[in-house]
Amino acid sequence: MTDSANDDIVLELDNIGISYFTRVGEIPAVPNFSLRLKRGESYGLVGESGCGKSTVAMAIMNYLGKNGGIVNGTISFEGRDMQTMSEEELRQTRGSKIAMVYQEPMSALNPSLTIGTQLKEVLIYHENITNAEATERSIQMLSDVNMPDPDRVMARYPHQISGGQQQRVVIAMAMLSNPSLLLLDEPTTALDVTVEATVIDLIAQLREKFNTTLLYISHNLGLIVKVCDRAGVMYSGSMVEEGTIEELFKKTKHPYTFGLFDCIPTLGADKHTRMLEPIPGQVSLPHERPPGCAFGPRCKYFKPGVCDQGDIPIEHIDHGETHRARCLRVDEIEHVPANVGSEVTVSEGEVVLDINGMSKFYEISDMSLSAIMSGQSKHFVKANENLNFEAQRGRTIAIVGESGCGKSTFAKVLTGLETATEGEIMFEGTNIGAIPVQKRDKKLIRALQMVFQNPDGTLNPSHSVGHCIGRVIKKFGIEKDPKKVRELVGDMLDVVRLPRAFITRKPRQLSGGQKQRIAVARAFAGNPSMVIADEPVSALDVSVQAAVINLLNDVQKQYNTTLLFISHDLSVVRFISDEIVVMYLGQIMEAGEADKIFQPPYHPYTEALLSAVPIPDPDIVQKRIRLEGEMPSVMDPPTGCRFSTRCPRYLGNLCDEQEPPNQDAGDGHIIKCHIPIGELAQVEPIFNKKEAAE
Amino acid sequence: MTDQTNDQAPQVDANAPKSAEQPDRVGLAKFLYSMGLLRESPAAMIGVTVITFWVFIAIFADVVTVYEPNANDYAATLKLPFSGGDHWLGTDLLGRDTWSRLAYGARATLIIAPTAMVCAYFLGIVMGMLAGYYGGWVDNLISRVSDIILSFPLIILFIIIISVFGASALNIIIAVTLAASPGIGRIVRGLTLDLRNLEYVSAAQIRGEWGLYIMAIELLPNARGPLIVDACLRMGYTIITIGILGFLGLGLPPPDPDWGGMVKDGAAMVLGGSPEMAIIASIAISSLVIGFNLLADGLREISTRD
Repeated sequence: MTDSANDDIVLELDNIGISYFTRVGEIPAVPNFSLRLKRGESYGLVGESGCGKSTVAMAIMNYLGKNGGIVNGTISFEGRDMQTMSEEELRQTRGSKIAMVYQEPMSALNPSLTIGTQLKEVLIYHENITNAEATERSIQMLSDVNMPDPDRVMARYPHQISGGQQQRVVIAMAMLSNPSLLLLDEPTTALDVTVEATVIDLIAQLREKFNTTLLYISHNLGLIVKVCDRAGVMYSGSMVEEGTIEELFKKTKHPYTFGLFDCIPTLGADKHTRMLEPIPGQVSLPHERPPGCAFGPRCKYFKPGVCDQGDIPIEHIDHGETHRARCLRVDEIEHVPANVGSEVTVSEGEVVLDINGMSKFYEISDMSLSAIMSGQSKHFVKANENLNFEAQRGRTIAIVGESGCGKSTFAKVLTGLETATEGEIMFEGTNIGAIPVQKRDKKLIRALQMVFQNPDGTLNPSHSVGHCIGRVIKKFGIEKDPKKVRELVGDMLDVVRLPRAFITRKPRQLSGGQKQRIAVARAFAGNPSMVIADEPVSALDVSVQAAVINLLNDVQKQYNTTLLFISHDLSVVRFISDEIVVMYLGQIMEAGEADKIFQPPYHPYTEALLSAVPIPDPDIVQKRIRLEGEMPSVMDPPTGCRFSTRCPRYLGNLCDEQEPPNQDAGDGHIIKCHIPIGELAQVEPIFNKKEAAE
Repeated sequence: MTDQTNDQAPQVDANAPKSAEQPDRVGLAKFLYSMGLLRESPAAMIGVTVITFWVFIAIFADVVTVYEPNANDYAATLKLPFSGGDHWLGTDLLGRDTWSRLAYGARATLIIAPTAMVCAYFLGIVMGMLAGYYGGWVDNLISRVSDIILSFPLIILFIIIISVFGASALNIIIAVTLAASPGIGRIVRGLTLDLRNLEYVSAAQIRGEWGLYIMAIELLPNARGPLIVDACLRMGYTIITIGILGFLGLGLPPPDPDWGGMVKDGAAMVLGGSPEMAIIASIAISSLVIGFNLLADGLREISTRD
């Protein structure tokens, strides 16, 4: 931070304030924010939604839209004040010196232009070179982002390549003019975990190769650990703590940063050994920030008279160069890690759900002439094939897999929105596989309910909370009298720890986490014996996620309900579940007790999944396994083992030709693989402490 | 029955700015708030003013006029507007007071058009909901029937219906309903297709709700917004349609006052050197249509802003 280092500073935000101007008045989204990025550095910006991360990124691009503006402070890029640049200079800078990668690759690419055209456009516009040169450099860049077959990809349209490949194209486009600063706004959030891992590797490689400065915006602390040297934690528009990864994760100082860590399920911990500790309350709205510390109202170390007086400066800690925190009580706070969870052993209960050889095929008719001529106009999409497992009362079974693995189809078959093609689903003694929901009797419907993923879609925006929960109570004939129904709805709100006054609220008056609680209340209102939760927390911020996970756990315990938890997030799954089922392309690859899944012997697919999970702990080293290629289409799955096309431990013809056996590794731990259990057991664990690895 | 009350909900809202008699009781506060927002849009305010003016004239037609609309004053035929005397907007060939006919014509238009709209919306919503929610052969049947109706040129369709059943207020309503409902059905079908994949619909299905409940209670209230805007626009078109019917002699049977009929009678005299009645009646039709269009613009503006 000395003057001699100034040449090396690519970007400097000096006390900038960003506001949006609306009908309500000025909304100070980011009141005061400073940041310095050195050349070649990778900086992570972490925080929950609504804390101003993206606003900062947009301000750097000077692209705040009509109603946004920088009200004070300066942004200098490579020593020049960006606010004094003309519109033309800004245009030249954006895209060539500063580039940005967005969250949704599909909406960042123009669907009606080929990838080649879109890549070349960047070069032709910014560098004024010939078409031939532009083509050559675009192809070169595509191979730099590890795109297979770059020549052919140039001629394709965005929808013809997969999501992971699209994100590579977006990154290639950003890197084409060799920018000195690359902004990445949640670049992997929309991707599957194994794809995410390869994209993260790619970003690291590119950074080394081109010496680009990265500003990496994410809500995922695990990713920040993997890609960044330094990171800053934002809360309600301000930086609350900043430091190197080591300082931030090992010598955490700010209560909000502690809070974030306490919310995240770490691998190895489960609900029996540790409780998640959600941060109470919600982020205060920008125009309603409390005086003093913005985090004050949610902070358990809040001290009246100290924390609510005037602006709190961000101070260096222990005279360090890099580590800073915005907290007056840094030296007084001694953080106690989250409390220990309740040790409840789940007894071996009766079997509630027993699935025997269940398959769900969708028929697709191909009406093209050639298909009809060859007599193959009918194809089957094998969404679920030969599933076998059972679930006992009161236990949590997680179904894990990447998108397209058939986990949501399975949920549809269970709830009766679809019917099974083959096999049986014995639920409390009835085979429900072939009965659609319209034909199920009330008792059966009541016994099997569901919690959905998207908090915004799960509640009808036209109806109040009371109507939504009350309808379930009336529908299942628990109570008819309106007064008593109201009483019961109130009870359910108590169960999900929301105030009873919420009964008259409409969904738009609720936050995402509150909506999800209502959804939980709705699912449990009929006292079901089994609840299916389809990605119930993946759309929520970590602090809210923790609260909803805790809630699901508690409500499940209270009602002794079997919980079928569908998720792609392995750390959440590890925390909440008793048993795990790993699915790939419609088949079960591995199933067993949760702790068994996370230790050798692994199925090669599980091994790759575990290796790809970002772990928010700089001390843990993961064995690096990356999957090659793309997930095959469910329309045309590989013969033999489904995973054979991408398997790092591929044996040869055997895997292509024969379906692997379900091998028993003991205690009901099933692995579907040709490699003998003994051999699978010999691999070293994926997760190692750093010391152990050295 | 719930189905029906909900079908009419958008209609009530669409009419509300001019009558403001039956706002949605559940969301009274919300309704008043939205109306407050409407004040920020000058276009909408002009629209509301024009519509309110005509509604006022229609309701108090017998108060604001001196003469009976069908009374002939043979002493004063073909008087020019503002030429003094009691007939301030002049008289027609038969000595009927233009202002009286305009006021009572407003009453006829403002009864027939909203009634036709309610009917068209009811039919259109039922068609669209069924097609969108159930899909498959139901969708095919309803959509193809709609296509057939929509493939007729509108005027020809009206001429067929009215000339078969005869000219009367009821038949105008039937004709407009038949002609407009397929278009409304398409909009509702599109909205339903969007909404039916949302999770709250799955949640309702999973708890075993009936199709009718899902359509009327879960889906319809959420399609309200775009339908209200559409209803305002369509109200304007319907008023034009009624005008055209009148002009073609397919409107209200004479001698009842009818704006379209007044344009027709006036048009016959344009070449004779007295275009004023055609112009006055045309201005009446256009102003009301523009009023509804401006209101629709304003509603769209506030609905996209929030």
